[in-house]
Amino acid sequence: MLTIDALTHSYPGGHTAVDDLSLAVEAGELVTVVGPSGCGKSTLLRCIAGLQRPTGGRVLLNGDEIRDVPDSLAMVFQSYGRSLLPWLSVRDNVALVLRHRYGSRRERRAAALEALAEVGLADAAAKHPGQLSGGMQQRVAIARALAYGPKLLLMDEPFGSVDAQTREDLEDLLLALRARTPVTVVLVTHDIDESVYLGDRVVVLTGAPGRVLAELPVGLPADRDQIKTRQDPEFVRLRAEVGRLVREK
Amino acid sequence: MTGRAALRGLFGTLAAVAAAEVTVRAAGGFSGDLPAPTQVLAAAGEQLADGEFTDAVGATLRVWAYGMLIAVGVAVPAGFLLSSIRALGTACQAIVEFLRPIPSVALIPLALLVFPAPDRMKTSLVVYASVWPILLNTLYALRQVDRVQLDTLKVFGFGAAARAWFVSLPSSVPFILTGVRVSASVALIVAISTELLAVGDTGIGTYLAQTQSAGGQTDQMLAGALWAGVIGLLINGALTTAERRAARWWPVSGKEGVA
Ligand SMILES: Nc1ncnc2c1ncn2[C@@H]1O[C@H](COP(=O)(O)OP(=O)(O)O)[C@@H](O)[C@H]1O
Ligand SMILES: [Mg+2]
Repeated sequence: MLTIDALTHSYPGGHTAVDDLSLAVEAGELVTVVGPSGCGKSTLLRCIAGLQRPTGGRVLLNGDEIRDVPDSLAMVFQSYGRSLLPWLSVRDNVALVLRHRYGSRRERRAAALEALAEVGLADAAAKHPGQLSGGMQQRVAIARALAYGPKLLLMDEPFGSVDAQTREDLEDLLLALRARTPVTVVLVTHDIDESVYLGDRVVVLTGAPGRVLAELPVGLPADRDQIKTRQDPEFVRLRAEVGRLVREK
Repeated sequence: MTGRAALRGLFGTLAAVAAAEVTVRAAGGFSGDLPAPTQVLAAAGEQLADGEFTDAVGATLRVWAYGMLIAVGVAVPAGFLLSSIRALGTACQAIVEFLRPIPSVALIPLALLVFPAPDRMKTSLVVYASVWPILLNTLYALRQVDRVQLDTLKVFGFGAAARAWFVSLPSSVPFILTGVRVSASVALIVAISTELLAVGDTGIGTYLAQTQSAGGQTDQMLAGALWAGVIGLLINGALTTAERRAARWWPVSGKEGVA
């Protein structure tokens, strides 16, 4: 579905963030991309999203080169607090992005409420983002992205700035939502455990500039559990392996 | 302002007024028989029932309001235009920096020449003076727009115009309000000074000029000035409240306008 072919991106000033990165993602997969901070993970996602034209290489979505933002794509940003519009209610934040999906405002709002209910936030619909905790805000961002009905969902360290408990809840929420929706996910993280826990496949990037160091299929059952999965020998093996690769220079 | 501060302010005002009262009365009136504060207050009360005066106030406020409306209508879109087309913005910067410091009253002769009708003439100067604070705040606001918010809407398929409408404009609202508040006071000053300097047919300034030239009406003259102050205070108070309200349910990070 998604093919990244020798992607290279240098920022003005000559700093190369991503260097000759190639990667293929199958439809329905959840691929986690793990790498140290500053290795170009956000840059990679921005190039896939069409927010940035790569200086070299190509990104193909279903065979078509991405030049502009593809309309079957949604993204959850790292800084959820800045990605929701603070002057709109939570419901309207979700409803806003459904403009191209539904004609009437009533339909949009109904769909937004449904999406919020999916992430357990039906009661918060009338609140403004500033009145919600970080974890709840990120739930809204996830609800918004999925309500948009994307074929490809990009997530940039989505659970990076919430507490450990909330993080686990959000991870499980993502897995549950994904089991219900036929969506392909590319999730970027610098957390090794998270990359293994969530992924069908873990892609390990080298330190800056980012390049694919290894791709590891995750042989864990699809139905994951914060306690059991983390004790699974396969999980333990993989996280040690990923950890070793990430530290490798 | 806290209750205590308000009380102190009131006390201070009353004390100053009382001092003025005593001084004026003890001196038995200065040259041009300066009225005592109580006389001014009495005249101010009478003016409420004086059709000529209320018409003058109405005329000034009309000029003020039209001028403000036009200024917002010009400055906000101009701000968007200048900041969305970078070349245009840089090209206009020099002009803006040159025009902005010209005091509006210095343009009265030009305005008289271009707009023979007094209302148009006054309105044009009010617009001229009000445009700058609103324009500068709009430009400033547009530099503060959150990139992540813009990128988010871009990902969700919003084009440039839709992003301006759904992100840039709403996130600029508090800054634009600051500009409007600053302009509002300036606009009132410009409207009244224009009336004073280029006597038209009606308006607070015209009224003041007439009480002065007629002689013997200093109580009415000062009462008129008092009302002008009250109107300025009310306008500023209303806009400050609006701004504060907006800031409360319109949270925009790091809001700090250009005054
Ligand atoms: N807009 C930009 N302009 C210049 N350099 C940038 C920009 N964005 C990121 N970089 C640089 O590119 C490198 C990779 O950044 P990023 O993709 O954000 O990495 P990551 O998300 O893995 O932390 C970093 O060294 C960063 O400083
Ligand atoms: Mg990043």
